[in-house]
Amino acid sequence: MTDVIAERPAKPSLLTLDARTRRRNAAEARFRAYGLAAVMAGIVALVVLLASVLGNGLGAFTQTRVTLQVELPAAKLDKSGTRDIEVMKKATTLTYGPLITAALSAAIKDRGIVVEGLSKKDLSGFLSKESAAQLRDRVLADPRLVGAAVTQSFLVNGRIDGYEKGRVTMQSAEKDSNVSPAQLHLADALETAGILHTGFNRDFVTAPDASDQRPEAAGLGVAILGSAYMMLIVLILSLPIGVATAIYLEEFAPQNRWTDLIEVNISNLAAVPSIVFGILGLAIFINFAGLPQSAPIVGGLVLTLMTLPTIIIATRAALKAVPPSIRDAALGIGASKIQAIFHHVLPLAMPGIMTGAIIGLAQALGETAPLLLIGMVAFVRDYPGAPPEGFFDPSSALPVQVFNWTQRADPAFVERASGAIIVLLVFLVIMNTAAILIRRRFERRW
Amino acid sequence: MPAPWIFLIVLALAAAGYLAGRLRALAVVGGDIRRLHSLPGYYGWQAAMLAALPALLVMGLWLLIQPVVVESRVEGMIPEAAQGASLSLVMTDVRRVAEGLDLAVSTGVMSAAEATGLSADGTIRATLGKLGVALGSGVTPEVLAAAKALRTAEATGRGAMAAVVLVLALAGVAYALWRIRAEYRARNVVEAGVRGLLLLASTIAILTTAGIVLSMLFETRHFFAQYPWWKFFFGATWSPNFRGGSDLGILPLLWGTLYISFIALVVSVPIGLFAAVYMSEYAGRKFRMVAKPAIEILAGIPTIVYGLFALITVGPLLRDYFAQPLGLGASGSSVMTAGLVMGVMLIPFVSSLSDDIINAVPQSLRDGSLGLGATRSETIRQVVLPAALPGIVGAVLLAASRAIGETMIVVLGAGAAAKLDLNPFEAMTTVTVKIVSQLTGDTDFAAPETLVAFALGLTLFVLTLGLNVLALWIVRRYREQYE
Repeated sequence: MTDVIAERPAKPSLLTLDARTRRRNAAEARFRAYGLAAVMAGIVALVVLLASVLGNGLGAFTQTRVTLQVELPAAKLDKSGTRDIEVMKKATTLTYGPLITAALSAAIKDRGIVVEGLSKKDLSGFLSKESAAQLRDRVLADPRLVGAAVTQSFLVNGRIDGYEKGRVTMQSAEKDSNVSPAQLHLADALETAGILHTGFNRDFVTAPDASDQRPEAAGLGVAILGSAYMMLIVLILSLPIGVATAIYLEEFAPQNRWTDLIEVNISNLAAVPSIVFGILGLAIFINFAGLPQSAPIVGGLVLTLMTLPTIIIATRAALKAVPPSIRDAALGIGASKIQAIFHHVLPLAMPGIMTGAIIGLAQALGETAPLLLIGMVAFVRDYPGAPPEGFFDPSSALPVQVFNWTQRADPAFVERASGAIIVLLVFLVIMNTAAILIRRRFERRW
Repeated sequence: MPAPWIFLIVLALAAAGYLAGRLRALAVVGGDIRRLHSLPGYYGWQAAMLAALPALLVMGLWLLIQPVVVESRVEGMIPEAAQGASLSLVMTDVRRVAEGLDLAVSTGVMSAAEATGLSADGTIRATLGKLGVALGSGVTPEVLAAAKALRTAEATGRGAMAAVVLVLALAGVAYALWRIRAEYRARNVVEAGVRGLLLLASTIAILTTAGIVLSMLFETRHFFAQYPWWKFFFGATWSPNFRGGSDLGILPLLWGTLYISFIALVVSVPIGLFAAVYMSEYAGRKFRMVAKPAIEILAGIPTIVYGLFALITVGPLLRDYFAQPLGLGASGSSVMTAGLVMGVMLIPFVSSLSDDIINAVPQSLRDGSLGLGATRSETIRQVVLPAALPGIVGAVLLAASRAIGETMIVVLGAGAAAKLDLNPFEAMTTVTVKIVSQLTGDTDFAAPETLVAFALGLTLFVLTLGLNVLALWIVRRYREQYE
């Protein structure tokens, strides 16, 4: 042994590193940098994702409108002169359209605006196809307006709205058959004249969907209502069933094959692809049980089955976290097992259960694939009725509406789809914040 | 009487039963609670349970069984001539007419007597048409007769159900009240009932799995009756054609699925793993408190958001800066687009699973390695990761199963063309995309082109289930190793 020590070359100094140590330290630094880079990659991906959605979608919350004074001649709108609604309904949007175009050209003349190359078609195509329907609805709601002049703000065509938001430019308009540069010049002139303005678009969250031709009028009203109905059904069904299952498995289940089977089932259901639940819904709830397609009840049932594992797992964790001393104390003074659980353990586990339920609901709210299969892609313009009948009316859902809009040709729908995602994410943020707050406020440590 | 009303009445009876049971228990002992076996509330509860549970159970079963019985009876009424392949079509007509008549009566267009005494002339179609009930063909006398029979049978069934359910509820209350004595063990009865309900709730998980498997097996059998199974599993072309003569080979779809999943794993496994290692071994408390939730937000974002991200941002970016300059393709939706975005989606999944697993490696192993003079990275690479390897393999398998079953990202990002190709910038398609496209829109549940979706679904289910079971088994065995 002493020989070995004697043969070792003298080490220069502890303060200068030898080549091997330097290499090892460099490897250490590299490894650490890889780790940091991976974390940063994840965060950058999140930021880019959110920036892309926000950048594309914020435009959906503003909309360009033109305020016009429209004459409503009785001779055209109410030939009988009786102001009878049934008779007036015979005047279709084709009658109202020219009135609005006339009002627009009158406004241009009044302000002394001259735009070169503005054709008649440019003029009639300047406003949204929805504007005639807007005016007609207003007149039918209040027949006394006929014969007078009304002031109303009308939606402009989606392309001109896009010009105001920077999506359409003069260059792109020259190649686009749906919009002409003259229309864009007119928009500029009208804006300087103060009749054309871009403002907050409340209709985006309240109005129903609109057809392929009029992206400027499309809204999320039906989809939000449909999603709300489904969440209600999911909450009503999955919370009691999930909590009951968890209590059974955690507190009562004997150690046998049947219990094992249930446990394995629950952990597997949590990992089954969501589209398979859609196939289940289609085969069982629609084809076998005969429930209506595209209805919130079917969507709610399918999402309930998907949410159950989340709630069961969360509830079991919450029940486990309650210390056994609570149970023992209750049993010790003569409570039955069920009394100990329902009177003492369950109330203490409630914050954990609520947190799990809200997280489960948030997952269900964003789920799209199963809803596609049960017919929720259908174009629905009518609001579903009040519950419980409304649960059986056709309706849409927020994530499915996003998907629907991505399938449309007009690029303005990309903005709508991103806007819808912002609405969806706002709901998710609210729900998750609520879950975190509940946990912070009520969580007890023993 | 409509079902919701019966439901509410039964609940009201149960509430009344609770009050009556409680009062009767108190009356039996003359107000001296000490002589009762259980608290008075339990006597009330047992009355409420006996009123509601059997009645609601019967009602549920009745609602499920009645349509089947009624339809089979009505189907018997349709003459042989109209039967055969079109029986289901005739039955649809019958149902339409019956619904139309119901609507006509409820809106007051027809009186109930008019609806039952209707004869099959040309006016029915027009009358129902006005109410928004469109009938395909003219209403034949047989269809009308069948529709009327359907209506009567349904009305009788509903009436009988109301009677049976209400009688059952009342009988339940009466029996419960009759049983009440001072020494009657109401609490034990109620608690046995509650335990039964809890057990019932826990079987729903099993029923769901059974429903998934049975519904897909049933329709898959129909599919394989019309289309040979070897052509499905080994066919290399996918070209469905609703006029018949389609090729429905699964191989191109499986190829697309696996290719996209592979790219997703290539992206997510290194990033997720390194992120987990950095978070658990290097990061300080403050950094972890910010970075960990930020990465977990990625897991909470719905997949439709990733799908849109692939469609409007990643797809065009890859096309304009990689695929076109390199001459590899001109399509925005491609394997690469879907794979990259799916990889981002899986990062938090891999990282949080690996995090758990790395944390489960005992500290003594690390301390031993560090004590021998290894650097931290050497400890991680040569001690921690090998010890955690089985668990990490499990996590990767779980991520793979997620990737295979993912739908919205590939629907929006991968394209619809079924191809066997190596170029990652080509649009390809997956099993899930084809399930969606074959089952949305107008579907005919007799055609193999629709039924193939169930066979695809079953394949997907078996594939993901296999991966999950394997992964869970590996992870569980690994956990036991260190406990």
